[in-house]
Amino acid sequence: MSEITAEQVAHLANLARIDLSSAEIDRLTVELGQIVDSVARVAEVATPDVPATSHPMPLTNVFRDDVVVPSLTVDQALSGAPDRAGDKFRVPAILDEE
Amino acid sequence: MTSLINQTAAALAGLLADGSVSSVDVTRAHLDHIDAVEPDVHAFLHVARDAALATAARVDARRAAGEKLGPLAGVPIAIKDVLATHDMPTTSGSKILEGWIPPYDATVVRRIRDADLIPLGKTNMDEFAMGSSTEHSAYGPTHNPWDLNRIPGGSGGGSAAAVAAFEAPLALGSDTGGSIRQPAAVTGSVGVKPTYGGVSRYGAIALASSLDQVGPVTRTVLDAALLHDVIGGHDPLDSTSLTDAWPSMTAAAQAGLADGALKGVRIGVIKELNGAGFQAGVKQRFEETLALLSAAGAIVSEVSAPNFEYAVSAYYLILPAEASSNLARFDSVRFGIRVNPEDGPLTSERVMAATRDAGFGDEVKRRIILGTYALSAGYYDAYYGSAQKVRTLIQRDFAAAFDKVDLLVSPTAPTTAFKFGEKTEDPMAMYLNDITTIPANLAGIPGMSLPMGLAPEDGLPVGLQVMAPARADARLYTFGAAVEQLLEAHWGHTLLSQAPALANIEMFATEGGAV
Repeated sequence: MSEITAEQVAHLANLARIDLSSAEIDRLTVELGQIVDSVARVAEVATPDVPATSHPMPLTNVFRDDVVVPSLTVDQALSGAPDRAGDKFRVPAILDEE
Repeated sequence: MTSLINQTAAALAGLLADGSVSSVDVTRAHLDHIDAVEPDVHAFLHVARDAALATAARVDARRAAGEKLGPLAGVPIAIKDVLATHDMPTTSGSKILEGWIPPYDATVVRRIRDADLIPLGKTNMDEFAMGSSTEHSAYGPTHNPWDLNRIPGGSGGGSAAAVAAFEAPLALGSDTGGSIRQPAAVTGSVGVKPTYGGVSRYGAIALASSLDQVGPVTRTVLDAALLHDVIGGHDPLDSTSLTDAWPSMTAAAQAGLADGALKGVRIGVIKELNGAGFQAGVKQRFEETLALLSAAGAIVSEVSAPNFEYAVSAYYLILPAEASSNLARFDSVRFGIRVNPEDGPLTSERVMAATRDAGFGDEVKRRIILGTYALSAGYYDAYYGSAQKVRTLIQRDFAAAFDKVDLLVSPTAPTTAFKFGEKTEDPMAMYLNDITTIPANLAGIPGMSLPMGLAPEDGLPVGLQVMAPARADARLYTFGAAVEQLLEAHWGHTLLSQAPALANIEMFATEGGAV
């Protein structure tokens, strides 16, 4: 059985950069516990002799010719940004006050 | 009387090619019908009326000038909102992308434009394609044209409802765990998930990159094949795109219409997808279809796929893990909304967290947190690592089955369309609904859903799922077209002709013009 705690969910939310309310954390703690208990069954058949598959149709070394092709203009690249400063994305402070 | 909106894409293409109708007429008929039924159905998040009519007029002018156009030139199409379109908002059903107009087109969108199809608009979906009902769309659910109190399936419920309600003859969908096939099943339409890598994912907003695949949503198997031929094939912009030379899916579908196309075809019934938990009317129509296949000369046998019982569990570890990584791009910097925290310092990290709290819905948060958990130190091997091993076991099950048979069949979904709200409070119940469709995504093989009747107990559509080995998409189209012809001959009509009339259909059908 998984033992998902509210503290764990709060930590995961911080890792995932989602500012969950305490009500959301409480609900997710219960739901996550139920889901994890259910999906943990994969361990029953995942024995050491079975190789892992990450990709259904494995391809390796996918390259293209090294030629310049048209790409987005600066204005196109910035067209969806919530905020910009000239030719750059404008962001809030990266570091807080300390 | 048959109106333009009731025609298949293949029939419309013929009428357009011989000059019987103009693309402007065809496009306007669909736009008028969209206006009439959208208050009930809500299949679209955006309708591009003026652009569609202008594009249609240009296609008509080029045809009139004697230019040689592609087989679907002038035929309207709806586009799932997961696909980037440079001239229409693209939200993936999420508030976090509200109003976003991408600076580029998805490759499949580029290809339908190059083939002169007419984009009508963008269709509704569960937020970031997470769901089986469209109830997780941030813009409200789509309603099933067969019963407006029921779900149209998901995540591509908008595309399926659009074709089932005759708002468009064709649509594009995306299928990560059944999002094309399950909506097709519950709306009585046709949907195909191609072989992984067979259709470009460039410009499809990623959910789970090792599972996502774009494909056709239509009312007939031949129409799906025609659209597959337009969108399929290698794309250097997608590093998972296969470089295979693909056969014509249209020719494959036409081959299925020949006499004796089912004779000697070896059909495997998957034991694990035909048991407890399947609605009585679904099982009944499935058994009847198998009997018809046998009578037509197909060799039907049972095959076992013992690891399928672990497929849902593996999927709900792999998908959230990949989704939690893919959705990290919604950082309030490059696109989408930005929301500041109510108090405290405005740092990038806190603004990002406030934006993602405000912009993501409950199901998206649930899966991101689950994926973050599955990938975190100390749990990775037990969860994500084990799920990847199950993926290998499921591929082996398919390989063993395809040693014995040419195609595998099952009901596409365990039940007919359920009512709104029936499964939203219980995430696992919603997840288990995908048991039939998930294995194909885990293995990368192609799958199709086509209608196989109405369940006697509720009069709602039931879908037949057909699966073929990887790269054998053409086999699906040959078989699918043959089964469709067999069933329609048995019924004496198409399934969708039995759908109840939506408000104002008759009035607009008349305006659309008889042919």
